[in-house]
Amino acid sequence: MPRLRLYALALLAAAAVIIPGAVAPGARSAIPRIASTHSRMEGDAAAGQAVFLARCASCHGEVGQGTALGPSLIGVGAAGADFELRTGRMPFGGAPGAQAVRKPPAFDDPTIRHLVAYVASLGEGPSIPEPRVQTASVPSGQRLFIANCAPCHGATAHGGAVGGGALAPALDVATPVQVAEAMLIGPGEMPVFSGLPQGQRDAVVSYVAFLQAQPNPGGVSIGAIGPVPEGFAAWVLGLGLILIVVLVVGHDWRRGR
Amino acid sequence: MLTWIDERLGLADWARAGLRKVFPDHWSFLLGEVALFCLVVLVLTGVFLTLFYVPDATTVTYSGPWLPLRGQTVSAAYDSVMRLSFEVRAGLVMRQIHHWAALVFVAAIVVHLLRIFFTGAFRRPREINWLIGIGLLLLALAMGITGYSLPDDLLSGTGLRVIYSVVIAIPFIGPYLAFLVFGGEFPTSEIISRLFVFHVMLLPALLIGGVLVHLAILVRQKHSQYAVPRATEHNVVGRAFWPSQAFKSTGLAILTAAVLALMGGLVQINPIWSYGPFDATTVSSPAQPDWYVGWLDGALRLFPPIEITALGVTIPSPFIPGVLLPGIAFGIMTLWPFLEAWVTGEHAEHQILDGPRQRPLRTAFGVAGLLVFVILTLAGGNDVVALIFGVPVEAMTNILRVAIVVVPLLGFGLTYRVCTEMRDARAGIGHPRMVRLRRTSAGGFEEDDPD
Repeated sequence: MPRLRLYALALLAAAAVIIPGAVAPGARSAIPRIASTHSRMEGDAAAGQAVFLARCASCHGEVGQGTALGPSLIGVGAAGADFELRTGRMPFGGAPGAQAVRKPPAFDDPTIRHLVAYVASLGEGPSIPEPRVQTASVPSGQRLFIANCAPCHGATAHGGAVGGGALAPALDVATPVQVAEAMLIGPGEMPVFSGLPQGQRDAVVSYVAFLQAQPNPGGVSIGAIGPVPEGFAAWVLGLGLILIVVLVVGHDWRRGR
Repeated sequence: MLTWIDERLGLADWARAGLRKVFPDHWSFLLGEVALFCLVVLVLTGVFLTLFYVPDATTVTYSGPWLPLRGQTVSAAYDSVMRLSFEVRAGLVMRQIHHWAALVFVAAIVVHLLRIFFTGAFRRPREINWLIGIGLLLLALAMGITGYSLPDDLLSGTGLRVIYSVVIAIPFIGPYLAFLVFGGEFPTSEIISRLFVFHVMLLPALLIGGVLVHLAILVRQKHSQYAVPRATEHNVVGRAFWPSQAFKSTGLAILTAAVLALMGGLVQINPIWSYGPFDATTVSSPAQPDWYVGWLDGALRLFPPIEITALGVTIPSPFIPGVLLPGIAFGIMTLWPFLEAWVTGEHAEHQILDGPRQRPLRTAFGVAGLLVFVILTLAGGNDVVALIFGVPVEAMTNILRVAIVVVPLLGFGLTYRVCTEMRDARAGIGHPRMVRLRRTSAGGFEEDDPD
């Protein structure tokens, strides 16, 4: 038992060092980021077709008509192709039937622009949106986000389980253009929100940018997904530290037991 | 001065006896004190919060510093908690210490209760204090639920809706009871002010009164103790309150408050500015109650959607997991000292505590009950658990439906076995006979004749 209490003391000391270190605020800007990373140069559809035949046609068909392995791309528009390629969801790398997830893009920027131009040429579809990220629209953005997006992505956009095996991804690294594109095309299980007026969609984009940039008032955010991590922290960190105190205080130091 | 007071009140003898009260040396006797000190922190921070909180459901337009909410219509209650969080000096840290202290308070009560249960400290003559303890746990849960709902944010409003649905599911009296409690059909403007009265007046009075009785009975009956050297059924081996225990308790109180302040200052809890104000048409996700209510939410999530109709009365599906199950659980806990005495036929006084291994059946029951609690709590966060493990929510729910039956049974069997073997090993029973093996020339083994 004395050894146990020594370990307890060591843990307490370690916690005193580690916790403030973990909490030290990172350099995060409170201002929503506005810059768009997208280049607006038009791609070359003919160059895109060559890449398409090599890398996409096996699932989506030689003219994007779709096969048993992948859906038709006629009408997904530049927005659909840009979203899937820039978030690395396409080319698809998972098991058949699995959800496409974000990964580093497989192609460089010019190749993506060529592919986007080719897919856009297949049929009428949404073009790449140019959302206006504005501080002024953050309040209406929060209202719209909580009503339409938070039920799946969570109030803090940390993602959530949707049902049927689908997961709504966290939006921590989604760019404003990607958020706007997702609302237009409704990738995967996500509903299409193209029915919302442009101003409302821009407001949602502004709020997501605000969520990404906001400092966490109140200290280190433990997942920011509510009482599950909070309960865990109360038991492990709170009661854990107090139990160490109990062991130290309850120890008979004179008799050594 | 002291003499002057003593001549009039005659407290010296009483104080002398109190200062000499003997406390056993074991650390596990300090667990209840942790809960007590959490309660002190809760009262102090709670008084501060009450100075700024407005228990009013009237809508106002938010105009504080938090950008996303500016211009939104919120309740005066939500507005006051936002003001408390972002405009009142030290308001946010007080709110966070209060919330963390509440979570740790119930956790400390549970650990204290487990110590009492597994060592048999509830047996005669301490049945009354066991009953009071269960009552205090229920009051602490009621405090937690009412306090959780006060900010009137979307998350806690969802919790209130669940509570309303469970109450209304009680056969015959449900709708009447729900209307009585909520003042009408959910959502009502009355509920926030009612919760406030319960949270800051009625429940704390009962809780603090109950704690005082709990402690008075403890002093009157004296401590139970482990079977340490010189301990008998007629003495208490330990140290006097003054000076030993007084310093231990003071240190423990200060350090408990320090840990809670550390958490309140460094770790974010319940960011209601992200959840947004309550709106009856909206539900956010993930939506969980605080941990100590998670097992009830989990029962609601695991229980199949069956509606039983018997004798023309339909029993709505939330009734069984939401009302019957906790009723049975608390019923068994409340009656346990009497059930155990009745089953074992032991009605004698016990001042010396058991080791958990000495009572395999009780320990096994306790472990099984604890496992039911843990699995139901996990089920309360089934969507978060599913997200963490990358499993579909439906599969997670089905896994937990199997686990809620199988795991407690396995835990019961395993605990019973381990306890009986440990007990028997200590008593020298059931040790396997020593066998000497001899290798034969053919390469096999045969038992050497012990004679």
